Amino acid sequence: MKVTVNGDEQVLDAGTTVAALVAALGLEPRGIAVAVDGEVVTRRTWGERALAAGQAVEVLQVAQGG
Amino acid sequence: MEDPLVIAGEQFASRLILGTGGAPNLDELERALVASGTELTTVALRRVDPRAPGNLFDVLRRTGIRPLPNTAGCYTARDAVRTAQLGREALETDWVKLEVIADERTLLPDPVELLDAAEQLVEDGFVVLAYSNDDPVLARRLEDVGVAAVMPLGAPIGSGMGIRNPYNLAIILEAAGVPIVLDAGIGTASDAALAMELGCDAVLLATAVTRAREPVLMATAMRHAVEAGRLARRAGRIPRRLYAEASTSFDGLADLS
Repeated sequence: MKVTVNGDEQVLDAGTTVAALVAALGLEPRGIAVAVDGEVVTRRTWGERALAAGQAVEVLQVAQGG
Repeated sequence: MEDPLVIAGEQFASRLILGTGGAPNLDELERALVASGTELTTVALRRVDPRAPGNLFDVLRRTGIRPLPNTAGCYTARDAVRTAQLGREALETDWVKLEVIADERTLLPDPVELLDAAEQLVEDGFVVLAYSNDDPVLARRLEDVGVAAVMPLGAPIGSGMGIRNPYNLAIILEAAGVPIVLDAGIGTASDAALAMELGCDAVLLATAVTRAREPVLMATAMRHAVEAGRLARRAGRIPRRLYAEASTSFDGLADLS
């Protein structure tokens, strides 16, 4: 299925969860936040939250800012 | 702890909040953070960049400085609330530096969106430190909706123009029931000292340190400036007068004519 991750279209296995996507990106979960179609997905639900085709995922991390 | 800064019941020995924005690299930033003595530092949330060297999260962990996620770059209450929620997820803190800007050229806060976002976030259990205009009425309205601190600007973000309206700031300070943090506009150490002398509870700055030629030196200067300004405020300055007032007595002066 096609999913947009941080603005780039990616092909993921059907049923890929948020947790699996974060792991596939090589990220430690701490310091990371995820939104799917603009809605925040709390970390404790990453494991059960399956992505669906056409969704837009934002994977964010702490960055420098004033 | 003598004379701590207290925000939402939390005590801080340092009255300098240093932002992480604008540093040339993470090593320099870490040294500046340590040199500043800050105990609270603002951070942003951005898309993950696997090619970026180092990780700011590791810097926070190593230094033990408490992160204050911001909502920088948000133009609407809706975006600011969502960004705050993402910050809460990423950093496991209810604290947020709420920033809702009106346009890219001035980066001035949009008061209508700001107040709306502040109200929603307080309702949602956030400890809101609101970046505000130097407008006494807006400061009061923000306090009314329950923000933990009001953070009026001295001048536009990154402008280094110092405190452009000390009279508005005085009115804000006189009426304030929450800590007032001078945020934005600080260019050099004397600006930070002035903010504290005027009675601000703390100073938040980033660019003045991170874009200085020597960030670590400027961080040290800001640490001393904030401490000196606070001490001077507590000590109570002498009144300004047009003419001289001798500190040496004229009594007992020798007659040498």
